[in-house]
Amino acid sequence: MAKKVHVTTTINGEEREFLCEPRQTLLEVLRDDLDLTGTKEGCSNGNCGACSVLLGGKVVDSCLVMAVETEGQDIETIEGVASPEGLHPLQQKFLEHAALQCGICTPGFIVAAKALLEKEPNPSEERIRLYLAGNLCRCTGYDKIVRAVQDAAAVMSKA
Amino acid sequence: MNAFEYVNPSNLQDVPQLLSQKRDRKSVVMAGGIDLLGELKDNLITPDRLVNIKALDLRYIRHSKEGVRMGATTTLSDLVSDEEIVKTYTALAEAAESVASLQIRNVGTIGGNLCQRPRCWYFRGEEFHCLKKGGHKCFAVDGENKYHAVMGGGPCHIVHPSDTAPALIALHATIKIHGPNGERTVPAADFFLLPMENLYQETVVHSNEVVTEIFIPKPKAGTKSTYLKFKEKGSMDFALAAAAVALRVEGGVCKDVQVVLGGVAPKPWQADASALVGQVVTEERVVAFANTVLKDAAPLRDNAFKVTLSKTMIKRGVLALV
Repeated sequence: MAKKVHVTTTINGEEREFLCEPRQTLLEVLRDDLDLTGTKEGCSNGNCGACSVLLGGKVVDSCLVMAVETEGQDIETIEGVASPEGLHPLQQKFLEHAALQCGICTPGFIVAAKALLEKEPNPSEERIRLYLAGNLCRCTGYDKIVRAVQDAAAVMSKA
Repeated sequence: MNAFEYVNPSNLQDVPQLLSQKRDRKSVVMAGGIDLLGELKDNLITPDRLVNIKALDLRYIRHSKEGVRMGATTTLSDLVSDEEIVKTYTALAEAAESVASLQIRNVGTIGGNLCQRPRCWYFRGEEFHCLKKGGHKCFAVDGENKYHAVMGGGPCHIVHPSDTAPALIALHATIKIHGPNGERTVPAADFFLLPMENLYQETVVHSNEVVTEIFIPKPKAGTKSTYLKFKEKGSMDFALAAAAVALRVEGGVCKDVQVVLGGVAPKPWQADASALVGQVVTEERVVAFANTVLKDAAPLRDNAFKVTLSKTMIKRGVLALV
């Protein structure tokens, strides 16, 4: 077995240290070692986006990033999206629009949509669909998801 | 996935030594790691060491009068968001943007996009000991070959999956490679190999070498370029057929044209477009040219559609720039 590596990162605003084997993905460490099981494993090969997290503010598939490579980086997962004051507007709108059924893809969609709205507060429908092309949903048919994101954008730009 | 060591050199000079291969110790280069993790998860490779090259300061885009230099670990997203690349080297920006998803473009690099391994499901499938893996048979010949090569195939029928490669060739890029004997520079057009030249690797990069930089000379004034890609799944997919086109028209007459196809051959397929030079570019002439490019196509049982599709990509790509 290869030697474990000590990694220091910031996850959802808190400094987190962990030991990992070089072959462990970020997804594995988040779920299995850090108990951050909100991030889901779907395909594990970069097709579905269920494991989306933000790495240095950019959305990535955590199944295709080695945990050892996150040294010194800022990571944001679905667990960091809500605040003590309540749900994030995206989460609220996903509920109101019933933009989920089984829910496996939802954390990935919310994390990716949050990255979009932070960069572009008022995206067109086309832009939303393009931006979320790396996230698959096998239940909803996407329309409800797109509407939830549009609605969240409207709420957030009023706030 | 087997266990391996992860090394993080900060000096390029150390890389060839770290990559030197011994019979019982295999090392591989890691850039973004997107394709590499796929290979590791599929047990396509079982290295003892990953040599990360992201600490080598190879993430840069430098514009000058001569052209643009891009470090090998520049991400595809970096390329897409560089205004000068979008404006002057449009085919490259469009090709980079057509790759996979945002999640993947945020991590995947230009160097990795060129050095990724083919997607052939027999090659990727652990249960198939195909020609490319040292076996005795290309399973695509009698198998499910909808996504395989229609030109340049044999004895193995992979297609090269890179989108940026056809664009780079159309734009006359060169690729810098660092190895034990120092640096060498190879035209992008000579970077890729057909299976009949080398069955086991798709590029001229040896296992103890690493791609460090890509250079594109500034196109002559008036040059326009584009990358058209046809995907089975519109939101995100590899190319069924794609065309990178660079065209310069002066006074209504074509002065220079480059056409390179993706997704249809084991390497980016460079067409001889000299017949269009000196001509007024009309739909009729472009269709005749596209027919010539595909005249020697040798489709397998399920992929003759790629011949038609390639002609359409050429036609649309060239006419879009006139």
